[in-house]
Amino acid sequence: MRRVLGRLARNRGALAALAVLALVALACLAGPPLTGHDPGRIYPDLVRTPPSLQAHPRPEAIAPAVERLAFRMRVTAEDIRVEDGILHVTLSAPGPINERVLSYLPRSDLFGPATILTRAEDGRRLRVAAPVRRLVFPLGTDVLGRDLLSRSLVAGRVSLLIGLVATGVALLIGVTYGAVAGYAGGRVDAVMMRLVDVLYALPFVFFVIMLLVFFRAGLGLILIAIGAVEWLDMARITRAQTLSLRHRDFVRAAEALGLSAAAILRRHIVPNTLGPVTVAATLLVPRVILLESFLSFLGLGVQEPSTSWGALIAEGSRAIESAPWMLAAPAGFLVATLVALNLLGDGLAEALDPRLSGDR
Amino acid sequence: MIGFVLRRLLQAIPTLFAVVTVSFFLIRLAPGGPFDLERPLPPAAMANLARVYGLDQPLVVQYGRYLGALLTGDFGPSFSFRDLSVGDLFARGLPVSMTLGALALALALVVGIGLGALAAFRRGSAVDRLVGLGAGLTLAVPTFVVAPLLQIVFGLSLRWLPVGSWENGAPANLVLPVITLALPQIGALARLTRAALAEVLAAQPVRTQRAMGLPPLRIARHALRGALLPVVAILGPTAASLLTGSVVVETIFGLPGIGRYFVDGALNRDYTLVMGTVVLVALFVILLNLVADLLSGLLDPRLRAAR
Repeated sequence: MRRVLGRLARNRGALAALAVLALVALACLAGPPLTGHDPGRIYPDLVRTPPSLQAHPRPEAIAPAVERLAFRMRVTAEDIRVEDGILHVTLSAPGPINERVLSYLPRSDLFGPATILTRAEDGRRLRVAAPVRRLVFPLGTDVLGRDLLSRSLVAGRVSLLIGLVATGVALLIGVTYGAVAGYAGGRVDAVMMRLVDVLYALPFVFFVIMLLVFFRAGLGLILIAIGAVEWLDMARITRAQTLSLRHRDFVRAAEALGLSAAAILRRHIVPNTLGPVTVAATLLVPRVILLESFLSFLGLGVQEPSTSWGALIAEGSRAIESAPWMLAAPAGFLVATLVALNLLGDGLAEALDPRLSGDR
Repeated sequence: MIGFVLRRLLQAIPTLFAVVTVSFFLIRLAPGGPFDLERPLPPAAMANLARVYGLDQPLVVQYGRYLGALLTGDFGPSFSFRDLSVGDLFARGLPVSMTLGALALALALVVGIGLGALAAFRRGSAVDRLVGLGAGLTLAVPTFVVAPLLQIVFGLSLRWLPVGSWENGAPANLVLPVITLALPQIGALARLTRAALAEVLAAQPVRTQRAMGLPPLRIARHALRGALLPVVAILGPTAASLLTGSVVVETIFGLPGIGRYFVDGALNRDYTLVMGTVVLVALFVILLNLVADLLSGLLDPRLRAAR
């Protein structure tokens, strides 16, 4: 085991992949509160904002925004100035201004609560100050005006969770099934593996889609459906390993000591199959994430208000002309994660079996 | 050889039977029916519709009838496309999906095996690493990201190719969908070819041939033949999934193939359309796996003897 880890540590690609994965996972878990935006918060005035590190509203956008607001407040805005992030504006109207209309300013996403500096002409002229908000959207906003960074991060939680749990489900079913089949041998083995062969020929993605269409997609159902589909490879790998272990001396010894079959499987067989199974599991996680994002793309996966990378990508590809960054943000996260997981899986496989490595 | 084919076809019957049975009862267990509307139809009209389509019979009777019709090649009438049978829908959509799939398969085979072989012969070189990186990327970027990207670049920005639509299979309309379909397969095939060929090249016979001074091209030909076995092994499922259409590609590019029928059919509770699609895909998988097995027998005589 230590030799394997040592070989893995010398594989620069796998190490980089591990770093990327740790970074993505950390960002998704701890990141959302740090972005400054609630992922569900809608900024109606900042719809389809392109990605940028500059704060919104832009200086040149302030005057038109104030004029639009003044129109809705039924007043005229004059002398619009911004000093030290504070908006100064003079509002005037033919009659006295109802001061409650000032609540339009903080409601607009762009400004904070307004304070009246001076009143003139019997309240027909107000000098008003309001702080200008500084909203940063590093990855832009979507068609509803939601921050894409926050949304991509919370979506990542769902995608990663599905990847890990569904792989876990597949692992549990596959390893148990394969180990039992391989250890039992003979006719039991033949029947069990024949069943796997039949299942391989079934168009399984179709059954997953059917399940999700008919029984209303929920996170739990997605997990079980994907896990139940992907255990076949795991069963085959475990069975092959078990077959090679079954007649080894330490298993014979355990049998001679009178251990039950279940105990032998648990204590001696399964732990020894873990190497190849780990590799298969590492490579299964990206497949599961991809499958989930495919289902979400079809609208069958994760449902609003929760979201996943696949669901975000689906939204993005519908807005591709007006807001291409909506596709770029979640796709970037997804692709980085998948490439890293694949690299890590390959690295693990090479570390376990150095013959596979490219340079010898 | 003929015996082998017959035996395999016989073995396929229980599989097909399982597919039909599981999907038939699964879809009938589902809540909702094909004639549910926002405003429900009068009960008398519902009863009439049910009688016309035979839905008033016990489920087992319907199952028997469906199986009987299927044996004569009749997929039954579609529930959501009125006046059309599922067979009609397949007759329209299958040529579209198969054209795209066949072109994508050809492209993937040529480029994928070519790049994989190149990487294996130049192992450890920059080319090798580039191919590995590219293959990893094509496997990780989902088609529903690739397709809009291609649309932006070649359709909207450069204006070289149409963004979508079929137009009786005009070549320009085929380019982007075919590339989208082929890309992930290119990645998979390149990786597989590289790994298999690298192993063969390091093996004893090739070293002997090198020692005997055979020209590199002839060695390559011999090595490639052995290395193609694992490639052929995945060819069955790959070809089946390509030829039976892709929901994603057909939706994004607006193509009238059969890829969309399954999801649409399931959403509309179009029982016969869903069943027909499942049976069709299963048939493709079984037949193409058989073809792949025959091909690997052609490549490796030892496999033929084992039959």
